[in-house]
Amino acid sequence: MKKFRTLTAVVLASFMAFQMAGCGGTSEQPADDSAAAEENADGTEAENTEGKLVWATNAEFEPYEYREGGEIVGIDADIAAHIADELGLELEVADMNFDSIVPAVVSGKADVGIAGMTITDDRLENVNFSTPYVDAAQAIIVPEDSDVATEEDLAGLTIGVQLGTTGDLYVTDIDGVTVERYTKGFEAVQALTQGKIDAVVIDNEPAKAFVDLNDGIKISNDALTTEQYAIAISKDNPELLDNVNMILSDMEADGSLQAIFEKYLGSVEVNAQ
Amino acid sequence: MLETLNDKLYLNFIKDDRYMYLVNGFITTIKIAFFAILVGLALGFTVAIIRSAYDMNSEQRRKGLSSALLSVANGICKLYLTVLRGTPVVLQLLIIYFVIFADINVNKTFAAICAFGLNSAAYVAEIVRGGIMSIDKGQLEAGRSLGFSYARTMIYIILPQAVKNVLPALGNEFIVLIKETSVAGYIAIEDLTKGGDIIRSRTYDAFFPLITAGLIYLAVVLVLSKGISILERRLRTGER
Repeated sequence: MKKFRTLTAVVLASFMAFQMAGCGGTSEQPADDSAAAEENADGTEAENTEGKLVWATNAEFEPYEYREGGEIVGIDADIAAHIADELGLELEVADMNFDSIVPAVVSGKADVGIAGMTITDDRLENVNFSTPYVDAAQAIIVPEDSDVATEEDLAGLTIGVQLGTTGDLYVTDIDGVTVERYTKGFEAVQALTQGKIDAVVIDNEPAKAFVDLNDGIKISNDALTTEQYAIAISKDNPELLDNVNMILSDMEADGSLQAIFEKYLGSVEVNAQ
Repeated sequence: MLETLNDKLYLNFIKDDRYMYLVNGFITTIKIAFFAILVGLALGFTVAIIRSAYDMNSEQRRKGLSSALLSVANGICKLYLTVLRGTPVVLQLLIIYFVIFADINVNKTFAAICAFGLNSAAYVAEIVRGGIMSIDKGQLEAGRSLGFSYARTMIYIILPQAVKNVLPALGNEFIVLIKETSVAGYIAIEDLTKGGDIIRSRTYDAFFPLITAGLIYLAVVLVLSKGISILERRLRTGER
């Protein structure tokens, strides 16, 4: 009994320490903001990291963010650069696993999460999302000779996904599916091309990129779900959310958002609302 | 305060049966570690015996087929040790799964057991060889002069003493191995670490999934080291 009490005390103590660390972060926030705001002549609020906008992403998600010659490029990269520019901040990229992006934003290690991230209820409980900037969907990738194309077809199969993505959450909810959660989308695709799994469920635009790069696989369904990508921002930073929303609507109005999408996708309809 | 704690516990473990990720992950981790230790022991002892046979007989080397074979076997073992000890285990795991088993649809757990077993065997081999070499040369000579063959001398006289000497080092290696299996998630195996990661990717709470997974590893290692120290004590009873 005594042992159990000690254990409980340890758990509680560590939990409290954890909570206090969280509180500390929030209470420091206003002071940080006012100090940084003074530095910015144009009146926009600066973030925790002085003079920098830390952008969390997972640069293995062509065409939204991927590496090209050491640089991280893509639709999200251009949007992030545009936002940082408008805010008068230097853009600093933090490339991490996809499932770490929301925690990074929550803990203030990053200011914005721009990573082709779909708005979901669970994520909304932890972070704020900007207005969506594009519609997206989950797609099924299968070997060329496979006729798996619908959600019903997936039952009983082994499906590869990227950990923590909407594809992961979606497939996990289907009964009778064996889910293999890879850290990287391309590893799931590699397992598919090697015949280790039956299908991959991943966002439609990266799916196209993967199919272009690999022989012997095809997209059998590119509208498994409908979802919207938006920018994740800490709940402690409503000013930044307002600013980003303003910048996004400006970008939509002056056509620069459309231009970014056209640059990477060719022609495309951006009907985010 | 307590309510938040309750909510967090509910969110991280009870909701959607999330604790099952940890339970299944624990079983997978134990399965991989257990069989990898077996592979490591079997292969490690084999390599150690070949290497020490070569080293111990190097003085009175005779020309002949068996001695040539031993040289070749020793060379292969040395190469194996160099490669397996000189590269990170994560890479070995990825190479085994995505390169060696590229065209074979192999069970992932099996691939992981191969990777961790082969890796661990390299370390076990050197530990055991150290143990064998530490036994006084007189023991071997005594055995041989009593009419034991080389193999029998090894099995009945040298190895029992050697194993007793290297038991702490072997236990150390097993502990390292158990914790090393945490990289199995790289090939989408849902081991204990990955289980915690999956919960984290659902709840966006880092604290409970990670700390819990950590505590489970700690418990496993504590049980293992307890077992090894009991075994050590048992083996010591014969000493005078």
